[in-house]
Amino acid sequence: MTDLAWINAALTSARPQALGALLRYFRDLDTAEEAFQDACLRALKTWPKNGPPRDPTAWLIFVGRNAAIDAVRRRGKQEALPADELVSDLDDAEAALVERLDGADYRDDVLRLLFICCHPELPATQQIALALRIVSGLSVKQIARAFLVSESAMEQRITRAKSRIAGADVPFEAPDAVERAERLAAVAAMVYLIFNEGYSAIGGAVPMRAPLCDEAIRLARLLLRLFQGEPEIMGLTALLLLQHARAPARLDADGCIVLLEDQDRSLWDRKMIAEGLALIDKAMRHKRRGPYQVQAAIAALHARAAQPEDTDWAQIDLLYAALETLQPSPVVTLNRAVAVAKVRGPAAALAMIEPLAPRLSGYFHFFGAKGAFLLQLGRAAEARIAFDRAIALANTAAEAAHIRLHLDRLIKDSAIKGGTLGDDLQASS
Amino acid sequence: MLYAILCYDSEDVVGSWTKEEDDAVMAKLAVVQQKLAAEGRLGPVARLLPTTAATTIRKGREPLVIDGPFAETKEQLLGFYVVDCSTLDEAIETARDLARASSSAGAFEIRPIAIFKPGSGQGSDRA
Repeated sequence: MTDLAWINAALTSARPQALGALLRYFRDLDTAEEAFQDACLRALKTWPKNGPPRDPTAWLIFVGRNAAIDAVRRRGKQEALPADELVSDLDDAEAALVERLDGADYRDDVLRLLFICCHPELPATQQIALALRIVSGLSVKQIARAFLVSESAMEQRITRAKSRIAGADVPFEAPDAVERAERLAAVAAMVYLIFNEGYSAIGGAVPMRAPLCDEAIRLARLLLRLFQGEPEIMGLTALLLLQHARAPARLDADGCIVLLEDQDRSLWDRKMIAEGLALIDKAMRHKRRGPYQVQAAIAALHARAAQPEDTDWAQIDLLYAALETLQPSPVVTLNRAVAVAKVRGPAAALAMIEPLAPRLSGYFHFFGAKGAFLLQLGRAAEARIAFDRAIALANTAAEAAHIRLHLDRLIKDSAIKGGTLGDDLQASS
Repeated sequence: MLYAILCYDSEDVVGSWTKEEDDAVMAKLAVVQQKLAAEGRLGPVARLLPTTAATTIRKGREPLVIDGPFAETKEQLLGFYVVDCSTLDEAIETARDLARASSSAGAFEIRPIAIFKPGSGQGSDRA
């Protein structure tokens, strides 16, 4: 690794902490961002010469704060900047600063920075764009590419989001325990959104959107380091890791969706799975069940099955039942039906999803699953109607192509009696 | 004499590497390992999962289970090598080779091993 690559990695990893602290000092996002930017420029200049500081984050906070204060003074008095040599010789000051900033401050700084991005007045897409820009430090160009929009459109979206929160109340006081828990829940939901934005966009755009998944995992790990004993944050991190581990096997060479059942499990990322399983094991010890933990436990059962036949569908059914209680939603019930089809057969599954029709009439996966259950029951004509509907609702070309495969098979063999198509949902969820 | 070479680095920074950067560092380290293995000097090698996956048991009358690593430090124990070296100088030279292969800001701690039991049954492909 070159010096520059190392410095870049150090700046990226220090960013949430340093920017969070600078925001606390200046109480203004633009000033904090400028200060951090200034500190990074100085780091690029002095670190290759003097070697990296002992604590890069503290260095960046200290230098950034001084730079911003200087900038304010300069505007007033046209005073000269201190020489870089003076600024870079920080050993004592740096140590003192680290002493003063205790763990709780650091924790709340990062949480505040993330929390600002998930302000309730911002629509989800703006929240995500803002978090990627401010917290992760991705360039506007990178974010635009991930969202498949033009750079100027993304620039506008971020500017609009920033001006919206500039007018809103930003909580600078240290939160109490209840507020902290609320902030953490909001931030966790946003991290999950970022992940889904990258994960659900399966198809031709995968290589461009994969960075969203990586960023979400990095943010989840960051949260977990700050809140080591929170089982839901362990669950969230585990969930993202276990799902992302399957990414290399989710598409074939032609960009078509590969069902979970048909995936080459040797392509799954074993390191991510090991980390995910370790985290879900830790979370379960707390016996404080939550939606992320339950979803991670489901993903863990898939990850633990060496062959698709080894999958513990009965346990997955139970976990989805638990999720229905914790977080009732027609989509959860739909997912549960896929497990029910495995355990109790397609008739039971179909009976389970039929009441969902009014609420899921615009949902691709509903008709994909319905078609698959009908097909397994030998009701080919009805299956075809459901598949046609699914194609009309498909979000990506890969989704449509996948359903079309079923339809082609149906047309070829109209007397089809069975099939193993119940995994459509699991494959894409 | 056997030495443990303990790898410390900021897991924040290591976690910020792209997959390509991580793979590149691992490939360079593998070259050093192959050389050691060819000389018959390489013992067990481990890379640890992040400290967020760690659980700590604090000993006492009622042992206490704590989420997270033993200590909050700026740099974390990320892995280790066991290497057979005839002198400390040779161990330092080996650690230097490893350092050259991974030019980040971390550190290698060289600790002579007092008791070593290679154990059995730990399949190398188990993670």
